[in-house]
Amino acid sequence: MALPGESILASRGTKVSARAQSRRPPAPATYPVRTEEDLLTVRHAVRAATVEVGFGLVDQTRVVTAASELARNAYVHGGGGTVTLEYPHEPSGRRGLRLIVKDDGPGIADLDAALTDGFTTGTGLGHGLGGARRLMDEFTVRTGRGEGTVVVATRWTVR
Amino acid sequence: MTGQPQPGVPILRLGDVLVTGLLNELDDRTAVAFTEELTERISAEGARGVLIDISRLEIIDSFVARTLMELTTVARLLGARVIVAGMRPPVAITLVELGIELVGVETALNPEQGLAALGWRQAPQPPEGARRGTAR
Repeated sequence: MALPGESILASRGTKVSARAQSRRPPAPATYPVRTEEDLLTVRHAVRAATVEVGFGLVDQTRVVTAASELARNAYVHGGGGTVTLEYPHEPSGRRGLRLIVKDDGPGIADLDAALTDGFTTGTGLGHGLGGARRLMDEFTVRTGRGEGTVVVATRWTVR
Repeated sequence: MTGQPQPGVPILRLGDVLVTGLLNELDDRTAVAFTEELTERISAEGARGVLIDISRLEIIDSFVARTLMELTTVARLLGARVIVAGMRPPVAITLVELGIELVGVETALNPEQGLAALGWRQAPQPPEGARRGTAR
């Protein structure tokens, strides 16, 4: 409290760098979604990532389930694609896991309908996209007829 | 069943109840093969109840949910009652948020309670096979 500003900065600086060394977020990683086996690989990778970020068991389950829905969408509707995992973090210390699911498929013609429960064009239950959105904190979809689909979905740790 | 791809999930028979479980690595092909084998066994063995232990499932997405719902319906059409037992609490929370209620699928907290609901009672018996007559 009575310390000069400089040493506060210095001590914060060391703290941050010490933490950054021990808990540096992993580099983003991209996984293909071309086969059934790839879906399992993605699930395992996302599970490991949620543990790395420090999510509790319920949040782990939410994020892995959302990833499974989105990866399956890319596989079934998009004809295959990729899942990229990123580890965003805020200055407040809040950490997150971001899923970027891309495919080069036909795109979603009616996004509002696709986000509605019970809407399905495939073999699922029609809860995939809307359900995945509810399981994540942030959720954006970029799509269009013939343009493929990119879903970016992030879940944050509670701080 | 020889020559068919095996789903790798054993299906045990206890009297007129089939007891089985789902593994965490359930993919589409395995799910389809499992449904087919289970319905064959129900039909061939005249099973009246099926207990499916799902305690190893770390997640249930809409695909697995659909598999469970279809399996339950097919079994019911064959005259067998299905009970799905052992869902992990985080899986239950996530399913509700996903908007999936597994309508029509009967559940139990654990396999013991599921078996009890299917008519099995846990009662100590002398080893001299007092049960022998009732198992069929």
